[in-house]
Amino acid sequence: MIDSDVFVQALQDVGVNFFTGVPDSILGGIIAELMIRGAYVPAVREDEAVGMAAGAYMAGRAPAVLMQNSGLGTCLNTLISLNLIYRQPCLMLVSWRGHGGHDAPEHQVMGEIMPQLLDTVRIPYRALTEKTAVEDIRWVAETARKRQIPAVLILTKGVVKGWQP
Amino acid sequence: MAAVRPEEGTLISRAQAIATLLELLTDQPVVICNGFPSREVHKIADRPTHFYMIGSMGNAAAIALGVALAKPNKQVVTFDGDGNVLMGMGTLATVGALRPKNFIHVVFDNEVYGTTGNQPTISNMVPLDKVAKSAGYVNVERVLDRDDLAYEFKDMLKKEGPSLLLIKVNEFAEDAGRVEHDPPDITRRFMKAIEG
Repeated sequence: MIDSDVFVQALQDVGVNFFTGVPDSILGGIIAELMIRGAYVPAVREDEAVGMAAGAYMAGRAPAVLMQNSGLGTCLNTLISLNLIYRQPCLMLVSWRGHGGHDAPEHQVMGEIMPQLLDTVRIPYRALTEKTAVEDIRWVAETARKRQIPAVLILTKGVVKGWQP
Repeated sequence: MAAVRPEEGTLISRAQAIATLLELLTDQPVVICNGFPSREVHKIADRPTHFYMIGSMGNAAAIALGVALAKPNKQVVTFDGDGNVLMGMGTLATVGALRPKNFIHVVFDNEVYGTTGNQPTISNMVPLDKVAKSAGYVNVERVLDRDDLAYEFKDMLKKEGPSLLLIKVNEFAEDAGRVEHDPPDITRRFMKAIEG
């Protein structure tokens, strides 16, 4: 399991310098670490977080947005009618609730369809593993920057230390 | 036939309000919400410091907030509408909690979704200025005419925010075409204009 401070440091090392989002238990350790570093701007909805990140990007920052995969549904229109249309990169850290069907009922559908949903809207993604973490983080940052669109790093339970590891 | 609002005959149009505001602005970044507001601003004065939002309804204030947080020494303005504010109402809370001093939120309140054919919003019953005040905006004003609008906006430009200026406007929409720039060009132009 990757420690939250190591993970956050790796993101900062690839240049990410604006963090916002909406919490999830899987992301809890990362958010706690970001708050210790005074680097986290809490949002109340995922579309607001993506909007804020877009503004920060245009003001010269390299943003990342954290959210549970249910939040993908909430911010889908912002991703497609703001980021994709205006060619604005956004590094997204999305927790995979409902992965493998082992989660609360409200996560079942999104847990199952998330990869197809991202394929459909043509947003590139990759699941983080402990072994390939450094390369995964570099990939997601470079993909967003080079293609000028959002790119998603998917976090399954237990890869980075969460709120209740 | 829809009932005519009592103040309808005396209110200024959104385009008149926009023209008055733009005369008072120089190089401040301005994020403009989707629909007629972006088209009207683009027609009245097309400046590189304008970010015309064409989709993502409800997110204009969030985008402006991101700019404001990343550039704390630059005053950032957003031109919003009542329908947009209602859709992204949580952002009033986020602004109220974060209290960025350099954030000015202008809301053109015509009580309708003008771009889609004047379907009523609910801002005639929900005073958005009072919502903003309760959420924690520091300066909040509601104006009904051009003189008050110019006076209050000048005042807000001098004060520390976050500030919200709610302008009651009539339903008139200027004959303005769509924003002619391609969205990626809007991004690049805006980024370059607000650099430094």
